[in-house]
Formats: sequence, C-alpha cells, structure tokens
Amino acid sequence: MFSTPDFSDNLMMRKPTLSVEGLSTWFHTKAGIIKAVNGVSFDVARGEVLGLVGESGSGKTVTGFSIMGLVDHPGKIREGRILFNGTNLVGLPAEELRQLRGTRIAMIFQDPMMTLNPVLRIDTQMIEAIRAHKVMTYGEARSLARDALGKVGIPSPDERLAAYPHQFSGGMRQRVAIAIALLHKPDLIIADEPTTALDVTIQAQILFEVQKLCRETGTALIWITHDLSVVAAIADHICVMYAGRVVEKGMIDDVLDSPSHPYTEGLIGSIPGHNRPGTPLQQIPGVMPSLLTLPSGCGFRRRCRYADAICKTEPEVVNIPARKGQRARCWHPLSDEASS
Amino acid sequence: MTVFVIRRLFQSILTLFVTSLLVFFAVFAVGNPIDVLIDPGADQIEFERAVRALGLDRSIWEQYFIFLENALQGDVGRSFVFNTPALELILQRFPATLELALTAMLLANLVGIPLGLYAGLKPESVAGRSIMAGSILGFSLPGFWVKVTVIMVFAVELGWFPAGGRGETATFLGITSSLFTIDGLSHIALPAISLSLFTMALVIRLTRSGVRETLPMDYIKFARAKGLRESRVISVHVLKNIMIPIVTVMGLEFGGAVAFTVITETIFSWPGMGKLLIDSINFLDRPVVVAYIMLVAMMFIGINLLVDLVYAVLDPRVRLSDSGSNNT
Repeated sequence: MFSTPDFSDNLMMRKPTLSVEGLSTWFHTKAGIIKAVNGVSFDVARGEVLGLVGESGSGKTVTGFSIMGLVDHPGKIREGRILFNGTNLVGLPAEELRQLRGTRIAMIFQDPMMTLNPVLRIDTQMIEAIRAHKVMTYGEARSLARDALGKVGIPSPDERLAAYPHQFSGGMRQRVAIAIALLHKPDLIIADEPTTALDVTIQAQILFEVQKLCRETGTALIWITHDLSVVAAIADHICVMYAGRVVEKGMIDDVLDSPSHPYTEGLIGSIPGHNRPGTPLQQIPGVMPSLLTLPSGCGFRRRCRYADAICKTEPEVVNIPARKGQRARCWHPLSDEASS
Repeated sequence: MTVFVIRRLFQSILTLFVTSLLVFFAVFAVGNPIDVLIDPGADQIEFERAVRALGLDRSIWEQYFIFLENALQGDVGRSFVFNTPALELILQRFPATLELALTAMLLANLVGIPLGLYAGLKPESVAGRSIMAGSILGFSLPGFWVKVTVIMVFAVELGWFPAGGRGETATFLGITSSLFTIDGLSHIALPAISLSLFTMALVIRLTRSGVRETLPMDYIKFARAKGLRESRVISVHVLKNIMIPIVTVMGLEFGGAVAFTVITETIFSWPGMGKLLIDSINFLDRPVVVAYIMLVAMMFIGINLLVDLVYAVLDPRVRLSDSGSNNT
C-alpha cells in the first residue's frame, strides 16, 4: 500500500491527524512518582482506526486523557508533544483547549451508566454541548440533537430527548454518549473501552456503527481496549502498552499474526479461542508490577520467559525488518520462527 | 404526585392529633396554672370562680375534648395571662421571627455555598483549609457565647450596630418588615449573622464534601470532554448533584430557626415568638403553649413536604408515589 503512484496524494493521505511524540504523563503522589505514561509515541491518520491495547493500569486511559487535556491533579504532562492537525496541544492555553474539546476532539467513556449526568435531561446535556461551541438558538440546537440521536439508532428521538439518563438502558446511554461525541463532526474520537460494559450483541452493533461513521466522515479514531478481538475487528493499526510504555506497534494483521514482543505474544496466547478445548488456558505468569516499583530496564522482564541479563537495561525500539512499520521495544524481538 | 400530597396531608392530620394530645397532657403534668395566675391573697370563693372561668374545674379529658372541638373550628383557646386568643398572640410575633430566620438562612446559603464550593475545588489551598477550620468553629462554639461576644465587640466596643431590639419597619408590597429600612437592617444584622453561623458551617461542610464526591465522577469528566466552560460544569453539573443534602439540612434548620430562636431572641431582645414561648411556659399559659407547638408542628410538616417536592425537582430518580403509577 506504500507504492501508490501519486506521491502527493499519498502524502496528503498519510499526514496524521494526531501525532503523539514522546508523551510522558506522571503523577506526583506522596508515595512517589507514578509514571503512568512514559515516552509514548504514535500517529493516527484521517479515517484511520488505532487500537490502543493493554491491561488495566498500563496507561491507555491516561494517554487518552492527556490528549484531551483532562489529566486530573496530581498528574502532569512532563514532556513530549501532542500534535493535533499540526498544533501542539501540550501547553496550549486552557481556553483554546476547551474550544477544541468536544468540537475537534471528542471522547467516549467506558461506563455508559456513569457518563451522563443523572440529574440532567438528555436534551439539556446535548444542547449544552452544541451551544458551548456554536452560537445557535435553543430550538435549532434541539433539532440538531434530535437528528444526532436518530443517527445513532435511537427510536423516537423526539420523545427520548426529554428523558433522563436513568430511563435508558446501558446500550442506549452509550449511543447517546456517541451521539454527543459526534455532534460537531470531530476530527478525532478517543473511545475508552466504550463497549466493555455492554453485552455482546450491543457491543457488535456499536462497533459496527462507530466504524461506519468514521469511514463516512473521515474521523480518526483511537479505540482503547483490553480486548484483542475487538481491536482485530475494528482497527487498522495497533499499539500495545505495558506499564506506561508502548511495547509494540504496527499494522493490525502483522502484529496479531506474528507478534514480536513477548508481551504481545502472551496477550494473544491468552485469548481462550486460541486454545484447543481441554487444554489449560495459557496465561502470562505474574501480575503487572506497581508503577511505583517498576524493575530497572524492561518493565516486563520479570514475567518474560526470554528475559536475561541484558534486559536489566532499558531496551531500544527496534524495527522488525520483515514487516514494514512494525516496531517493538525489546532486546529479544521474536522472529517469525520463534513465535510460530 | 397528587396522590403523594393527599396521602401526606392525611398523615399530617394524624401527626397533629398526636402532637396535641402529648402537649396538652405534658403541660397539664407540669403544674396547675391557677397556682401561678391567682393572687395568693385571694379567698376560696374568688379562687373557685377563677378556676371555673378558665374551665379548670373539669376533668383533664373533658378539657381536652373541649379544646379539640374548638380547635377543629379554628379556635385554639384564649391565653390565661393576656385573655386574648392564643393564635392571635402568636401570629403577632410571627413576622419578626420569620424575618430573622429567613435572613439568617439566606445568609447561611449565600455565604456557605460559595465558600464550600471553593473549599471543595481547592482543598489544598490555604484559603480552602482556612474555610474548613473556620467552619469547625462555626458549629462548635456555643451559640449564646458567640451572641454575647458579638454584642460586646460590635455593639459595645465598636458601636457599629445596636445591641438589641427590632428597628423601624416599613411596608413594601404589602409586607411589613424591618428589612426595608436602614435602621431595621442595622438592628437585624447582629442577630441574623450570629443565628446563621451554625447553619452556615453545616452548609460549608456539606457543599465541600459534595463537591469532593462529585468531581471525580465520570459525568463531570464527560462534561469537560464536551468542551463546556468550567463555570457551567461547576454551576450546573456539580451544584445540582449536591443540592439534595443541602436542601434537607436547610429545611430542618429553617424550621428550627423559626421555632426555637429562643436564645437569639432573648439575648438580642428581639420581639419574636421564642420569647413568647418561654414566658408562656413560665406562666403555665397552656393555650398559648399548645397553640405554639401545634403551629410549629404544622410548619415542620409543611417544610418537610416542600423538601420532598424539591427532591423530585432536583433528582429525577426520586419518585414521590409508591402506588402503581408507571410514569417512567
């Protein structure tokens, strides 16, 4: 796909909507510094879906909040750049950041039961989101909100506008949250495990609809999840995070078919479907270390079966020559033979 | 909701009935008003005439049923001491107490909620910590001591405000109140501020803890992610969520302020109902005491009903009727 004849068109296509470079977000607590995000870099282009994968506490969500400029005290972006359409979001004045939030960058949260304010009606919560960024009468904003609800598949949106969140099911609430995220046709949507709290049928519907909307509008999407099967269904690229670092990234098929970082290999191996019935499920031994007491060098080395003395020093990011764009932060990247 | 209100009204009637029974017999048990009211030098004939005139020669049950019969027709009896209708006596004093209580509650909210918000939003700041330390003083210092000290400092030493009494009143929109004159305002300042301190401290702490609980919620983060201005996030998304405990406390505190401002009214010689109650208890003026307590009970019932109705406005998940209405 990199041999497109029209070079300029190719450049346009590949100009990233979002480019995160060496992002570090640290939390200064009484117990010590928690390096929740530690030198993370990735790009997302227009219309592209990036899967950000990792287990709980790996720094996926904090990465999302860093891009939104919503890192809570005592967290701080320590270094790095977040280039959004060429503008560095790090250090941008609060008001300019607010004007980007909700319009150009939107976010969908994990738990739909908690994202909508329980004491405000749906129309209030949608109309305020519209009018925070556009000068518009109440009536105009309301009909815009109604159309948005219709587009995400909520039946009789006119009546539902006057309802309160507790009168909706979880799936419906997530649709409302997605409708709110899409209101201003953002360039980038950060979806933080939006289907984790939903049952599987609803999950599939929402996956399908979000993917369709992104393809149609050219919105870039970062899909944060711990569920590799979801990523496999939706993403173009994948970033695997572990203990605040990106340990592997690449095209989705390359990484899933032939992972080069032992942690990715472990993650894929843990999917129950990969095992033959009757055999014990594979698992990665141990638990992720506390971010306060990370081992020196590679954060994964105590759980890694390939670890040796050299892993006590920080591994470099290496290109995987066989597959273009695939990279791993490992001293012992797996070759195709080793992982098969 | 109508069903809810109607059922509430029936419950209220029962409550009032029980209250009347308790108060009537309690005051009877305290002592015989004749001993206090009559001139000790009076002879037996005068004594018996007085007893008959007040209706005290009948049995307590008989007296109670006569009271009940009259009360149902709106007559709660005449004061033994002043020989005027008890209700009239109380209602004369009511506006003074009401204006004091309302001013105090208004102050408590207007000052308490912003301070609580600030302390909740900036808990680590010096100002935030100072507000919390101050609120501890607010509800742990004894009320009478604060009031006497306030008079000493601001009335006696500095001479900024008068030490007691209700100032000039003026009528505005049909309401006669001392709030409409400069003199009246200067008179109400000290009693209202000192009466509001305890409630203000409560409101500060409730607001702060509410803000601390609400801020980490996902819906606040989502509101910010929508790009709302911080002022709207705080004033709509946070504030509406923390109003329920504040409204509850306000209801109770307001009722308490109207009914039991005895100390404040005594110290500042404020011509309100609290002073009347104490005097009536001392003279065993049973009709006034009973009427007073009944009025206070009615007021609390009214306030509680209002608080419940406000709950339903503030939180849509509160459903007022437990009958089978399916208005979801």
